[in-house]
Amino acid sequence: MSARLTAREITLRYGDRVVSTRLSLDVPDGAFTAIVGPNGCGKSTLLRAFARLLRPDAGRVELDGREVGDYPAKALAQRLGFLPQDPQAPEDIRVRQLVGRGRFPYQSFLALWSARDERAVTDAMAAAGVADLGDRPVRELSGGQRQRVWMAMVLAQDTPYLLLDEPTSFLDITHQYQLLGLLATLRDQGRTVVAVLHDINQACRFADHLVAMKDGRVAAEGDPTDIVDAALIEDVFELPSVIVPDPVTNTPMVVPTLRADASALRADVPTQRGD
Amino acid sequence: MSTLNVRGLTVRGRTVRGPRVQRRTVVLTAAMTALMLGLGLLGLCYGASWSTPGEVLAVLSGAERSVVISEWRLPRVLAGLVFGAALGVAGAIFQNLTRNPMGSPDVIGLDAGAYTGALVAITALSGTSAQLAVGSVIGGLVVAAVIYALSFDQGFSGLRLVVIGIALNAMMTAVNSWIVLRADLEVAIAAVGWSAGSLNAVGWEDLNIPFTAIALLLALMATQAHAMHQAALGDAVATTTGVGLGRLRLLMVLVGVGCTATVTAVAGPIAFIALAAPQIGRRLAGAAGVPLLPAALTGAVLLLGADLVAQMLLAPVALPVGVVSTAIGGCYLIWLLTKEVRRA
Ligand SMILES: Nc1ncnc2c1ncn2[C@@H]1O[C@H](COP(=O)(O)OP(=O)(O)O)[C@@H](O)[C@H]1O
Ligand SMILES: [Mg+2]
Repeated sequence: MSARLTAREITLRYGDRVVSTRLSLDVPDGAFTAIVGPNGCGKSTLLRAFARLLRPDAGRVELDGREVGDYPAKALAQRLGFLPQDPQAPEDIRVRQLVGRGRFPYQSFLALWSARDERAVTDAMAAAGVADLGDRPVRELSGGQRQRVWMAMVLAQDTPYLLLDEPTSFLDITHQYQLLGLLATLRDQGRTVVAVLHDINQACRFADHLVAMKDGRVAAEGDPTDIVDAALIEDVFELPSVIVPDPVTNTPMVVPTLRADASALRADVPTQRGD
Repeated sequence: MSTLNVRGLTVRGRTVRGPRVQRRTVVLTAAMTALMLGLGLLGLCYGASWSTPGEVLAVLSGAERSVVISEWRLPRVLAGLVFGAALGVAGAIFQNLTRNPMGSPDVIGLDAGAYTGALVAITALSGTSAQLAVGSVIGGLVVAAVIYALSFDQGFSGLRLVVIGIALNAMMTAVNSWIVLRADLEVAIAAVGWSAGSLNAVGWEDLNIPFTAIALLLALMATQAHAMHQAALGDAVATTTGVGLGRLRLLMVLVGVGCTATVTAVAGPIAFIALAAPQIGRRLAGAAGVPLLPAALTGAVLLLGADLVAQMLLAPVALPVGVVSTAIGGCYLIWLLTKEVRRA
């Protein structure tokens, strides 16, 4: 698969804290890439580098051969959409207004709001399942509803590349699968989707390309069916498991071997001793 | 896989894009304009001797002549409107920058800093209006730069900036008192009257340059309003939707300090209009974030109203308007502080 969005030997850090060193990743074009890995392994940091929110110390992040930081702000925003883990809404904003903010890259001082913007917002709200929330203040929504509103905002941005940091974390199980289905549909329409996901089984089921990260580096990448085995899960998540075929899609399904009464679990818990 | 897709998500495409919100802004604009006209007319009628609205209108239309109305009262009324709008916008700008309702230029010491610059221009130089204006702008920018340097620590925190600004405000106020104490008697007397913020005795000759400067600054800010609202989505989303944050922030600081310093150079530090107007305007407009137009309109009405109260309260002695705005705004600040502290 060809790649137009690439990271070449990038080093990423916050102050003195180095997160990734000489990391390279080609994002396959027109595919759904899922990034998985334990907490704090650098998934968000990598996504922020792709979204030019974090400048690499060394190396380059490129879209179509051009460093992302070299694009004019709005030109890049018309190509790359990004949803952070914890976006913040302005006080008293309503759902439809917030979704409309996704149209900013297409607007200017003299051309504020067009019929195209209107259509993009309506479509994005329908796709994200928030069409009937339009007039509600965002502040009054549940966490899951709010997350879908933000998703609609990124969809309204109408970009060929979508970078999503844990887009399902606040959703109930039905909405998780609906959102993943939506991402697959977007991929089918030719878009490139990169999402940080927590549920490895969902990642295996929906993603074309799986990137497993550990300690700021890529431990393995490829088609989930090719790369996911018990050794990888043990290495990346330090979790003993067996891998079985997903009964619905035949993709790999990780089943941890730990039980509620397993001694492995009890080993860390101090046993109570009565006198 | 595709059977899981967006099923059940196609909902009636009802158009609900804030027409109600916009209508409220229109209504607010109309109401505020009417209020400004009313207060303005009252300001033109009121004085040592009362003029009837008929006389005032006759003078305004050129049918009659009255030095009192056209040379004394009219510039004062217009100064109240324009300076109030400028202070309201400056407040909205800094409340947006700091993402904090307390982050207005008067609270974080920009007024006091601009006033220091103006005092230096009077005491150390000859105190021409050009020197006053330049001194105020430099004073305001220096304080802004110091606050920024002290509050920037691996990122930008609005609340930290506000707290440091409040401390700097106290320091600059002390410096200002010290300068006045050390100054020659006549300079000191003039400076003290002015230090509260006053529109007493402003005339046309004081207003040409400030009005032009404020018009330019507000026009510049109007071109950035859209980006400013986008920036309220937080640094990450603002950047990835195409806002050039560095340039935007610099422009906002320049316009905010410019407006504050221009008003301070002519009228002294008029406190609390910049603090209160944006929040009152935001609530009245029912708008998202802290919008500029409601802040400007509310600021104009507040300053004009406060100046009328200042003239009437102890008539025939005219108080400095800053005394009135401080008395009202101080109560508001205390309320705001207790609310913020409870939240933090
Ligand atoms: N703004 C920051 N400043 C300093 N360290 C950070 C910052 N953001 C993240 N880190 C650190 O960088 C590492 C990677 O974080 P992150 O990319 O957010 O991990 P995750 O894989 O959970 O998304 C973590 O150790 C985290 O503590
Ligand atoms: Mg993360």
